[in-house]
Amino acid sequence: MISLVAGDAWVLQAILWLPVVGAAHVILGSESRAKILALVWSTLVFLLSASLWWLYNPNAGSGYQLVSSFEWIAKFGVNYALGVDGISLFMLLLTTLITPIAILGSFEYIKTKEKAFYSLMLMLEFAVLGVFSATDMFLFYVFFELTLIPMYFIIGIWGGGRRIYAAVKFFLFTSLGSLLMLVGILYMYSRGGSESFAFDHFLQIPLSLTEQLWLFGAFGLAFAIKIPLFPFHTWLPDAHVEAPTPGSVVLASVLLKMGTYGFVRFLLPFFPLVVSNSFIVGLVMGLGVLGILLCAWIAAVQHDAKKLVAYTSVAHMGFVVLGIFATNEIGLQGAMIIMISHGLSTGALFLLLGMLYERTKTREISEFGGLAKSVPWLTTMFVVSAFASIGVPGTSGFTGEFLALIGAFEVSPTMAIFAATGVVFAAYYMLPMVQSIFFNTKTEPENSELQDLTRRESLVLIPLIVGIFWLGVYPKPFMDRMSPSLNEVIERVEDQEDIGVTLFTPGTSERRVSEDLGHVVDSWETEPTEVGGSD
Amino acid sequence: MINPHLNLFIESGLFVDGNMNWKPIMPAIIILAPLIGFIINGAISLYLNRPNVNSKGESSNGLKRIVSVVGPGSILASFIVVGLNGFRMLLAGHPTTFNANYWTWLQTSDFQVNVGIQIDTLSIVMMAVITGVGFLIHLFSIGYMESEKGYARYFAYLNLFVFFMLILVMGSSYPIMFVGWEGVGLCSYLLIGYWFEDEEKASAGKKAFIVNRIGDLGFLLGIFLLHSALGSVDYVGVAENASGVFVYGGGLVTLITLFFLLAGVGKSAQIPLFVWLPDAMAGPTPVSALIHAATMVTAGVYLIVRSSVLFAMAPVTSALVAGIGVSTALFAATIACKQYDIKKVLAYSTISQLGYMFLGVGVGAYTAGVFHLVTHAFFKALLFLGAGAVIHSMHHALHKVHSEDDPQDMRNMGGLRQYMPITCFLMWIATLAISGVWPLSGFFSKDEIIWMTGSFAMAESSPFPSLYKIYWVMAVATALMTAYYMTRFMVMTFHGKNRTVDGAGSAIHETPKIMLIPLIILGFLSFFGGWVNVTPHLMESVIGGFGALPMTDWLHHWIEPVIAESHHIQLENIGETGHVSPVGGGEVFWAVLSTCAAAVLVIGTTYFKSKSLSYGVLGEDSGTISRFLYNKWYIDEFYDKWIVKPLGQMSKFCWLKFDQGFIDRAVNLSGRSAKGIGWFGSLFHTGQVNTYAFFLTLGLLAVLITVMF
Repeated sequence: MISLVAGDAWVLQAILWLPVVGAAHVILGSESRAKILALVWSTLVFLLSASLWWLYNPNAGSGYQLVSSFEWIAKFGVNYALGVDGISLFMLLLTTLITPIAILGSFEYIKTKEKAFYSLMLMLEFAVLGVFSATDMFLFYVFFELTLIPMYFIIGIWGGGRRIYAAVKFFLFTSLGSLLMLVGILYMYSRGGSESFAFDHFLQIPLSLTEQLWLFGAFGLAFAIKIPLFPFHTWLPDAHVEAPTPGSVVLASVLLKMGTYGFVRFLLPFFPLVVSNSFIVGLVMGLGVLGILLCAWIAAVQHDAKKLVAYTSVAHMGFVVLGIFATNEIGLQGAMIIMISHGLSTGALFLLLGMLYERTKTREISEFGGLAKSVPWLTTMFVVSAFASIGVPGTSGFTGEFLALIGAFEVSPTMAIFAATGVVFAAYYMLPMVQSIFFNTKTEPENSELQDLTRRESLVLIPLIVGIFWLGVYPKPFMDRMSPSLNEVIERVEDQEDIGVTLFTPGTSERRVSEDLGHVVDSWETEPTEVGGSD
Repeated sequence: MINPHLNLFIESGLFVDGNMNWKPIMPAIIILAPLIGFIINGAISLYLNRPNVNSKGESSNGLKRIVSVVGPGSILASFIVVGLNGFRMLLAGHPTTFNANYWTWLQTSDFQVNVGIQIDTLSIVMMAVITGVGFLIHLFSIGYMESEKGYARYFAYLNLFVFFMLILVMGSSYPIMFVGWEGVGLCSYLLIGYWFEDEEKASAGKKAFIVNRIGDLGFLLGIFLLHSALGSVDYVGVAENASGVFVYGGGLVTLITLFFLLAGVGKSAQIPLFVWLPDAMAGPTPVSALIHAATMVTAGVYLIVRSSVLFAMAPVTSALVAGIGVSTALFAATIACKQYDIKKVLAYSTISQLGYMFLGVGVGAYTAGVFHLVTHAFFKALLFLGAGAVIHSMHHALHKVHSEDDPQDMRNMGGLRQYMPITCFLMWIATLAISGVWPLSGFFSKDEIIWMTGSFAMAESSPFPSLYKIYWVMAVATALMTAYYMTRFMVMTFHGKNRTVDGAGSAIHETPKIMLIPLIILGFLSFFGGWVNVTPHLMESVIGGFGALPMTDWLHHWIEPVIAESHHIQLENIGETGHVSPVGGGEVFWAVLSTCAAAVLVIGTTYFKSKSLSYGVLGEDSGTISRFLYNKWYIDEFYDKWIVKPLGQMSKFCWLKFDQGFIDRAVNLSGRSAKGIGWFGSLFHTGQVNTYAFFLTLGLLAVLITVMF
C-alpha cells in the first residue's frame, strides 16, 4: 500500500490501520500478554503520529495534507479518502496520546476478559482516528457509527452496577442523532448530483436557507448529542458513572470531541447562512451558556466524584460551543484549545479518581478525607489537574477559556458575560470536592494506609501534566498550526455569496450581533454619561 | 552619590548591551529566582513524601537546611537584582521604562499577547516592596515554621507566591497581570489551607479562592471590553489609544473601570467582598504578613494605579472607588475595636488601611495610594510578624503547661512586655506609625490621603464636592478610631497584668534572633519609611522641621511619569485641586490630626491600663453594639443566608428537579414510549391465524366501505 500513496500520505494510513493490526495481535496472543501488546501497539501509533507535528505544514496553503484516496463503492461515488488539516491534526494527536495512557491506566482496573477489552480499546482508537482523518462523508459516517460499538461493549461488560442501562442509553441516544445526520448526508448527496461524498464536493453544493436550516438541525442534533450540548447531556453522567476508568477517559477525552469537531468541520462551512443568522447563533450559544451554568451548579451538589467530573465536562463543552459559534479566529482557537485541554485535564481527573477507586472501592466524596497526608503525590497530581480544569492561568484550561470568551465577547457580550461567571462557579464545584477528598481530617481509618502513586501510575499522569503546562505557557505552536484551517472555515461563513445563494434577503441573516456591539459602543461614545457635580 | 564600583558593575556588559540598555535576562532573573526556589523546595517536599517510604523524614535535616537557604535565598537574589535595576534607573537620571518580550503567548490574526515585562517607576517600587519585605518574612519564617512537618512545602508555596506576585507587577499587559493575579490567589489558597487537616482552615482557603474569583471575573470582563474597544490589552497600547477612543465620563470607560474595580474589590478585600480576608488568618502568621497585609491584597490598588488613565477618565467610578474605600475603612475599623483574636484585629485593620489606599486612588491621588501601600507594607508586616512572635511564644508556653487555651486570644495575654521587651518596643513603633503619629511613616502617607480627599472636595470643578466632604469626615473618624483600636490591641497584649494560665506566663520568652532581625529592620522602615515622600508644603512647615529634617518628596517625582497622563486628564476636566482641607490649610490640619491621634493613644493607654478589664467571654459585660461589632455586623451570616444557602438550594433544584426530574425523565420517557408503541404493535402479532383473519376482514371491510361510499 505504501507505494500506492504519494509522499508521506502512508503515515496517515499507517496511523489509522496500526490499531487494527494491534487488535488482531492482541486477540491472537495470550490473555496474560494482552495488556502489554495493546500498550506497545498504541504507543507505536502515538510515536508514528507524533511525526504529523512536523509532517503537517501549516504554511502550505489551505486544504488537506497527506491526502490519499481510493475508490470504495464506485457506483455511488464513495471513496476511501483520508487527509489531515490543522483542525483534525490535534484531534488525531489527542487520540493517539490518550489511548496508550488509558490502556496503561487500566492495567489494574481491568481484571477480566483482558484480550477482549484491549482489542476493543484498539478498535475504538481505530474508529476515532477514522472519524478525524476521513475526508469522505460516507466514510466519516461509517467511522462515526463504528465508535459506538466498542464503547457500548466497554461500558456494558466492564462497567459498574447499572452498566446495561447506561450502555443502552448511550447507544440509543447517540445513534438517534446519527441517524438524523445520515438522512442529512443523503439529502445533500442527492442535491449534489449524487456524484460524490467528498467533503470538498459537499462544500460546493448550493443550498437554500430553508434547506440549510433543516440540514443544520439534522447534523447539529447528531453532534449536539455527542458533545453533549445542554439539554442533550443526560446520557453522559450515567455513562461515565458506569464506565470503567479507561472507558471514561476515552469517552471524555476523545469521544466527546467528535461532536465539537463535527461542529467546526461541518456545521460552520456547510451551512454558512444558518451560522450567520443571529437568532440561531444566539440559540446555540445560549444552550452553551446554560450548559456552563446549570451543569456547574449541578456538579457542585454531586455525591459521586465521577459524576461531578462528568457534569463539569458538559460545562467545558459549553465553552467550546461558545467559542465555535463566535465564528472568529480567537473564538475558534479557544474552542480547539479547550478541546485539547479538556482531554488532558479531565482525562487526568478520571484516571486519578479511578486510582482512588482501585484503592478504596468507593467514589463517594464524603467517604474520603485527609488523603493529602497519606497520598501526597496523588494529591499533587489531582490538585494540578483540578486547577487546570477550572482554568487557572498557566494551565491549558485558562488559555482555551480566555480565548473562547474573548471571541464570544466580540459577537455577543451578554453571552460572554454570563459564560464568564462560569469561572466563579467552576471554583464553586471543584474546590469543595478537592477539600473533602484530600483535606480535612480522615473519615475512614483505613484511608491512612493507602498506597501512593506507583511508577506506572506516575507514568500515566506525567504526559497529561506536561501537556497541561505546555498549552498553558506556550500554546503558540498549536495555534500556528490550527490557524490557516480555522481561517478557512471562517472565510466560508463570511463569504456566503461564493456558493451562489440568492434566496435569502440581505439583512435578515447578516451578522447583526457584532454590529449591535459596535452600535452600543458608538452610542456610549456619542452620548457620554452625565457627570454630576457642581460647576 | 552612587558607589562608583557599583556603577561599574552594573555597566560591565554583563547586563547591558552596547547601547547601555538592559539585556532582557537581567529582569528575568528577578522572576526566575523565586521560581527556581519553588521548584527546588517543591521537589524536596515531594521527595520527602515519596511513596514507599515508611520512615518519612529520615535524614531530612540536610534537606531542611537546603530549604532554609533556598527559600529566603532565592528572594534575596531577586531583591538584589531589583536593587540593581533600581540603581540603574536612578543613575539614568530620568526614570526610564524598560520593556522586554520573551515569547508570544497567544496569537491570532487580530489579537496578540506577549509574555513580556515592563519595568517602570511604579513596578520597581512594587518589586522592591515584594522582594524586600518578602525576604524579611521568609527569614522570619525559618524560625516560625521550624518545627513544622511541611517545612519544605511551606517555602515552596511562599516562593511560588513571590513568583506570581512579581509577574503581577512586572507584566507588560493586562492578561499577564491576570496570570499573576490568579496565581497569587492560588498560592493564597494553598497557604491559608496550609494546615489542611483542620477543616476550618481548609474551608477558609476555599472561601478565599472562590470570593477572589468573583473579582477575577471582573478582571476578565475588563480585559474583554478593553480588547473590543481598543484592540489592545498591553499598557503601552492602552495608554496610547485610550484618549482617542474614550471620552471623559463616557459609558464605555466607566464600564471598563467598574469591572476593574470589581477585580480590585475582590483582591483587596473591600466591601462587599472583604469576607475572605479575616478567615484567611487561618494560615501561618508570616503568610498573613506577606500575602494578606503587605503584598497580595494591595494588588487592587496597583491595578487601579496602573489603569490610572482609565480611572481618571471615569469620575463616577473614581467616586465609587473612593466611596467603597472610605466606607470599608470605617466599617472595618469599627469591627477591629471589638475583636479579641490578635490576628483578627490586624486583619480588620488591614482591610481598613486598604480602604484608605482605595480612597487615595479614588480621589486621583495615585502617588498617595502607592505611598500608603509602601508604608503599610512596612508597619503592617511588622505588626503581623510581631503578633506571630507573640503567638509563637504563647503557643510554646501553653504547650508546656498542657493548656488548651487559645494562644491567639488577647484575653489570655497581657503584660507580655516584661517577657518580650524588644518585640513590644518594635510593635509600639508600628502602632504609632499606623495611628498616624508624627514623624513616623504612617503619618505622612495616611494624612496625605486624607488631605488629598479634602483638596479634591475643594477642587475647582470637583465632580461630587459634597460627597467628597463626607468622605473626608469619614476618613478623619477612621484615623482616630485606628489610634483607638491599636491602643487597645497593644495594651491588652503587652501591658497590665499577665492573664496567661498559671505558670505559663514565665515560660514566655523573647523572640529568637532569626525572627527578631526582620522585626528590627521593619521597625526601622516603619519609623523612617515615610520620609521619602513629604510634600514641599509640609517640609517647610513646623512639622517638617522647616526643611531641617532629611525629608524629600522623592516618591512623588519618581512615580509621576507613570501617572502623568492621568493628572493631565484630571487637570483638564476637574481643574486645580485646592491645596487646603475643609477646615483650613493642610499644614494646620496635619498638626491637629497627628496631635489628636497621639492624644487618643495616650488617653487610651492610660484608660485601658487603669481599668481592670474583666476580659471574660463576650456577652457578660457587653451591650448590643459591642456584640454587633464583635460578630462583625453579622455579614457572614447574611451572606450565608442570602447567597450561599440559596445557591446550594438552587443547585439541588437544578439537579434533582430539572436535570433528573425533567430532562432525563423526558429522555427516558421517549425511550419508553417508543418501547410502548412497539409493544402495542406487538399485540397484533399473536401468531394465531384467526387474529390475523379477523384484522384482514376488518381491513377488507374498511376498504370496501371507502370504495362503495
